[in-house]
Amino acid sequence: MSQPLRLDPIACTGHGLCAELFPERIWLDDWGYPVIEAGELTPELDEHARRAEASCPALALRLQRDR
Amino acid sequence: MMLAAQQFPRLLAGLTPGATMSFANHTLIHGSMDVPEFQPATGQHPLILEIERAGVRGYGGSSFPTATKIAAVAAQKAQPLVVINAMEGESLSDKDMLLMRHLPHLVLDGAIAIAIAIGSDRVLVAFDGAAGGLRRAVERAISERPELGTRGFPRIVAAPLAGGYLAGQETALVAALNGKAAKPTLTPPYPFERGVNRRPTLISNGETFAQIALIVRHGATWFQGLGSARAPGTRLVTVSGAVARARVVEVAGGTTVRRLLDASGGMTESLQGLLLGGYAGSWLPPEAIDLPLDHESLGQRGVSLGPGIVFALGASACPVAEVAAVTEWLRHESAGQCGVCVNGLGAISDALLELRGDGDRSGAYGQIERWCGLVTGRGACALPDGAASFVTSAMRTFKAKFEDHARRGHCDACLEPRVLPLGDKPVRPRQQARKLVAA
Repeated sequence: MSQPLRLDPIACTGHGLCAELFPERIWLDDWGYPVIEAGELTPELDEHARRAEASCPALALRLQRDR
Repeated sequence: MMLAAQQFPRLLAGLTPGATMSFANHTLIHGSMDVPEFQPATGQHPLILEIERAGVRGYGGSSFPTATKIAAVAAQKAQPLVVINAMEGESLSDKDMLLMRHLPHLVLDGAIAIAIAIGSDRVLVAFDGAAGGLRRAVERAISERPELGTRGFPRIVAAPLAGGYLAGQETALVAALNGKAAKPTLTPPYPFERGVNRRPTLISNGETFAQIALIVRHGATWFQGLGSARAPGTRLVTVSGAVARARVVEVAGGTTVRRLLDASGGMTESLQGLLLGGYAGSWLPPEAIDLPLDHESLGQRGVSLGPGIVFALGASACPVAEVAAVTEWLRHESAGQCGVCVNGLGAISDALLELRGDGDRSGAYGQIERWCGLVTGRGACALPDGAASFVTSAMRTFKAKFEDHARRGHCDACLEPRVLPLGDKPVRPRQQARKLVAA
């Protein structure tokens, strides 16, 4: 399955904003770090994914543009 | 004496404990090497095809098809570099140390051949600079080869680095060779695309190059003359634990753990369990002793030999205390970059250590398996994945003992000294090498 959202686990510091903004695909583990569910993004979800990407203070979340 | 048709051992032929084989003796035993020149326009070099035909999988732990890796580097536009990865961060592995200390020319031959085949002008030899006698053996071997650096041959540069569990992880190794901290980096880009000096970099294990040195001379058909269809050729395995003589043995592919234990002087007590593949590997019950050691048979059980590691846990040791100690060590060997490794591995390690305390520990114990699932696949490198495999397979294999510790706390064996090494090597140099009859 393709994974349009990619997380840089080194850059991620667990702010958790992504899970707030995109709970459909991102949840936080026991320590507050995001777990990203695989799966295609429908146009509707795409908007949430973009917002989650833009909100990351660590620039750790990347939406693959060349899908 | 040339290496005869199917002489055994292959890699360890002529090995003399305590001595580094000279280039002259190496040439006497193996003959000289002839590698066709690099032809940029013609696509794949015949040597890469021969390695593919031989069915070589990397001997550094990942068991990835070596020809695929070489071809990926060769397909890049920029001129590539070749790195011999002899960091050997796995505590239970000692084979690359053995090769570099005693038979360095075999490893150098393979790297030189690949450098010529992919048009690389430089080979870096990465090894633990603090390991006794290693630096001298490598530098002397390089100085014995006057052809290097002349037209058509690469230069070979010794790169003594700081050791450690992650030192041989490919992106960490690239970072170290680039003068940065030896920590894994995010992939892509992979080293084959952008590695040392931002050039496409082929990183292969020391033994992999040694095997290639023999394929260059004798070909794929010869290579497959020993071993099984699923595990062609021979390989080096470090055997340690409750055996009479811990050692590195060369075995024909597809042999069994039983034969490896026999070749190491047999068990010194009854067998409680087996660890295959090291601290990123898996524990198996004693019944696995007759499992053929090939990629497919092991893969069906979700295990691998890793860089060639078999550890036999004797009945007197406590697997819970051993696994807790190693996990704590792994946690400290972590680069500490990823939240999942710092927190997840930390939580797993703490819960395991608690099992050595007194009284009921079932609360934290109940979380370990879920946490192991939670850390898998989420780090920049595979350290958390390996640790999770090590821990969950132990909990399956030694279920009764883990549950007993969770209910009642430590056992008597918990208080004994640990048997699994943490960073130091299990094999004493004197007993390092020993041949084994082809199985």
